[in-house]
Amino acid sequence: MTQAMERRGADAPQVHRPQRANQPWPVEFWSSAIGKKWVMAVTGLGLMGFVFAHMVGNLKMFLGAEEFDAYAESLKTLLYPIVPENGVLWAFRVGLIVMFGLHILSAYQLTRMNHRARPVKYQSPRDYIAANFAARTMRWSGIIIGLYLIFHLGDLTWGWFDPQFVKADAYNNLVTSLSRPPVAAVYIVANIALGIHLFHGGWSMFQTLGLNSPRYNGARRAFAATFAVVVAGMNVFFPIAVLTGIVSN
Amino acid sequence: MTKMLNLNLKVWRQDGPDSGGHFEEYSTTVADDASFLEMLDYVNEQLIADNREPIAFDHDCREGICGSCGLMINGQAHGPQKGTATCQLHMRKFNDGDHITIEPWRAAAFPIIKDLAVNRAAFDRIIESGGFITVNTGAAQDANETPVPKEAADAAMDAAACIGCGACVAACPNSAANLFTSAKIQHLNLLPQGQAERFQRTKAMVETMESFFGSCTNYGECQEACPKEISVDFIAMMNRDYTKSMLVNKRRLGERKVG
Repeated sequence: MTQAMERRGADAPQVHRPQRANQPWPVEFWSSAIGKKWVMAVTGLGLMGFVFAHMVGNLKMFLGAEEFDAYAESLKTLLYPIVPENGVLWAFRVGLIVMFGLHILSAYQLTRMNHRARPVKYQSPRDYIAANFAARTMRWSGIIIGLYLIFHLGDLTWGWFDPQFVKADAYNNLVTSLSRPPVAAVYIVANIALGIHLFHGGWSMFQTLGLNSPRYNGARRAFAATFAVVVAGMNVFFPIAVLTGIVSN
Repeated sequence: MTKMLNLNLKVWRQDGPDSGGHFEEYSTTVADDASFLEMLDYVNEQLIADNREPIAFDHDCREGICGSCGLMINGQAHGPQKGTATCQLHMRKFNDGDHITIEPWRAAAFPIIKDLAVNRAAFDRIIESGGFITVNTGAAQDANETPVPKEAADAAMDAAACIGCGACVAACPNSAANLFTSAKIQHLNLLPQGQAERFQRTKAMVETMESFFGSCTNYGECQEACPKEISVDFIAMMNRDYTKSMLVNKRRLGERKVG
């Protein structure tokens, strides 16, 4: 609105810096909170696709070392020879890094914005009605998942914690790593955090993207709950399967 | 049969916007058919009789339609009863011997004026930035000249029920005003009369909102606190309209000179 507006009544305090006018739309969208939430939802959806595919791929461990290693090896030759070896794998890696980066960056900036919006907290305890545990702990479950991601890459991609680590010997590395109870415990705890994160995120993204209709509103929560239970449940089962000897070398 | 309730109150007292506040404790005995604000009136009468400063709080119509009142009661915006503003909350919802903690709304955009009264001018700024809708002036047109489907009218009316009390901001852990703003946007965007300035309005109001309040993380706490039970569905509609406004030709938004 360009017309001059006369200010009446009490002044409202300025809390955040207002948006600059006449920006190109991607800049404008990113500088708005709704835009950042949209980015968070879309990258979250992409990352959900990744954790789902990752979990399905890991199911190969129940077929034995040969199948599992062949699957790990096959990721390097996706779309080969149209795309050079490792090409698709690296495209996925770059895509995942970008999605993680944007997801974390928007979360960080929105959290800062929210803290500025209430500098003085309630001095008496709050009694939440709708805000569930998952929603209220998104920042913490997110941090746990981020730290776990670094640990997981260090453990099974770079072999930081295992002197017998052999590059590209995926099955043996996995079994050696997960047969150590403390490592298995890290995997179990982190994947429970992932499940909690997905339970809120898998529902929240629909609202953020404006996907709301009485036709499917009921199914949104069911989708998030099912997705969280299937992905996190299977991921928690992998270390248990190794510890109990269902998967062994 | 009227019951008398002995209550222990813990009320936030603060002299002005910039002075520090603290809780003060009062005990009082009121009839259970008093409203929550009548209970505070009674406490204030006692305070005045004792030559002490009465508790300041906002109120006007006391029938749940003006949006003036609003208190954080035991950690819940407008207290324990769903779909009810503080003025329509009655003491029969409490028990004899209860401890009740009363705090003002807390948000950077809602500075405390005194005690429990907050300045909600930020809401007025959001409304102002929405601007006008284009209508014919002159002789009034026939009542049913513009066809409006009953369903659209009902949905718009659900959004228009917003009284602007600020409970959504108060209840939101992020101090977001998305429920308020989406209700104010969607009660027009759902109607044919609101289409002409639809994206201009959405964009301007969202940007003004975001200069004052936090961001929505879909807790759903606002919907529970809302005395008019406005649904978070309107937030999703606003998100969608705001996203679309990014792709609308900027000339239509008045952001580029024509020609």
